[in-house]
Amino acid sequence: MHPPPRLFALGDAAFTVEFGPPQARDVPPDIQARVLGFAAGLAELQAAGGLPGVIEWVPTFRSVTVHFDPDRCPPQHLATRLQALAAEGRQATGSGREWTIPVCFDGEFAPDLDAVAVACGLSREAVIAQLTATEFTVRMLGFLPGFPYLGGLPASLEMPRLATPRPRVPAGSVAIAGRMGAIYPWDSPGGWRLVGRSPVTLFDATRADHPALFAPGDRVRWQAVGPEALAAS
Amino acid sequence: MSASLEIRSPGLGVSIQDDGRHGHRRIGVPLSGALDPVFLAAANGLLGNPAGAAGLEVLLAGPLLQAVDAPVRIALAGTMGARRIGPSGASQAVPAWSTLSLQPGEQLQVGSPRGVGYIAVEGGLLTPPMLGSRSTYARAGLIHAATTLPCRAARGHCGERQNVALSHENGPIRVIPGPQDDHFTAAALDHFYTGPFRVTRQRDRMGLRLAGPALAHNQRGADIVSDGVTPGAIQVPADGQPILLLADCQTVGGYPKIATVIRADLPRLAHLQPGDEIRFRAVDADEAAAARAALARRLSDWLAGARPAQAGGDPDSAVLLAANLAGAAVRGDDPHLWPD
Repeated sequence: MHPPPRLFALGDAAFTVEFGPPQARDVPPDIQARVLGFAAGLAELQAAGGLPGVIEWVPTFRSVTVHFDPDRCPPQHLATRLQALAAEGRQATGSGREWTIPVCFDGEFAPDLDAVAVACGLSREAVIAQLTATEFTVRMLGFLPGFPYLGGLPASLEMPRLATPRPRVPAGSVAIAGRMGAIYPWDSPGGWRLVGRSPVTLFDATRADHPALFAPGDRVRWQAVGPEALAAS
Repeated sequence: MSASLEIRSPGLGVSIQDDGRHGHRRIGVPLSGALDPVFLAAANGLLGNPAGAAGLEVLLAGPLLQAVDAPVRIALAGTMGARRIGPSGASQAVPAWSTLSLQPGEQLQVGSPRGVGYIAVEGGLLTPPMLGSRSTYARAGLIHAATTLPCRAARGHCGERQNVALSHENGPIRVIPGPQDDHFTAAALDHFYTGPFRVTRQRDRMGLRLAGPALAHNQRGADIVSDGVTPGAIQVPADGQPILLLADCQTVGGYPKIATVIRADLPRLAHLQPGDEIRFRAVDADEAAAARAALARRLSDWLAGARPAQAGGDPDSAVLLAANLAGAAVRGDDPHLWPD
């Protein structure tokens, strides 16, 4: 059993409702089910006009942050409302969409793959085999628009982040760190270990109704492809 | 009738900002928007625009703008001078906190603000919105790449307006404690509310780093499983030196947040300069609400005080602004302040 959800003020225009503690090293999957269940409850309430002044909410690994306009929505009233919804203990039931993402694991596109293989005592081919056999779950989106934190990396491939982040990680880079995988939607500084490259567009602002490809709860597999798949994009 | 402003020289740290990109933080898109929405609202108010209409935000050095096709009415807000340059090259100082109508072919060179300044245009900048906002977020390609800024032609029937400088309150920056204030030792919390903290040179639209008494974490540690953050949140990483998040901050963060600046004091953060000293004071939700109301009154009183500009300009302010422009030139802003 988990402790009851807790509500914290994040300034005067946001509340964070916490379903799992801040220190947990691995957030259990049922915490995510409760986070997404709470978010689904918020969506229903808002659709029914029950959340006036609420602007948006952000589900994370273990909590949901609700941003609101405090001049349209008395904070104490909203806090009571959120606590009541959280206490329902609702869990998301859907299993998300399934994605198969092409990834090129060849030389220049996977600058850290050999180092990962050596550190894990595996061959390069064995690392690729494990990565492509893994079913990841999108735990949350953040850091950059559309950046997915993918849970489910096997413990045998667990590696810390680079001690010194790269100043520029190319968009499309497929990466691992800790027990997570990720794909960089944008060129960005980054400290994760780069094990491949994907041609898939993870974020497109012109897709107004769904700019981000993934949503929390989606399941993602990586499929090995040759470098020609990158050139075609 | 349409018009446009051509950017003849982009300046430094200049971006298009409105009241922010709401509703997309769940997919990792930052809020963005003006660092000082009150100053943006002041510039817009002089023109009769909605408070959050898109304008140019100037952080370091203002742009050189030229009206194209039709007159464009402009307002300036901030401690920031400007010069209006005619087709013959003759120039004239333009005071901030006032409007002017730039005729086709005329140029406006905007100087360097103390803190942050805004250039608003009548009707607002009409660049294509992206995800519901015109605010620039360059990291994800949310940027108007063209050098021409579409806008509306000045309507011509309203005279120019001017006002005194709008200033923000002084005193400690007000915060609501937490959400992770239980990650700090009692001594760290005491240090945090005693201060002072000095603004370092590491400062951009995402945040600014402060230097002060080290804030020690207790046994709960300096790393948390990432959760939601918001502009104003004060993260403290393992080195104990706080990071104050601003408008372009990420949507989530993995450091404990000792406190979060209230909304009414966010505009003040926009004007902090390297070397400035600040202190923090804890308030509750009621005091935060009173502060928001006081700030709204301050802006509405200021807007009510705007008056028609005097023909020929105000000699005193012209002298002051000339001095201000010279000061900005001497200051020589260092692009290395912005390790973006």
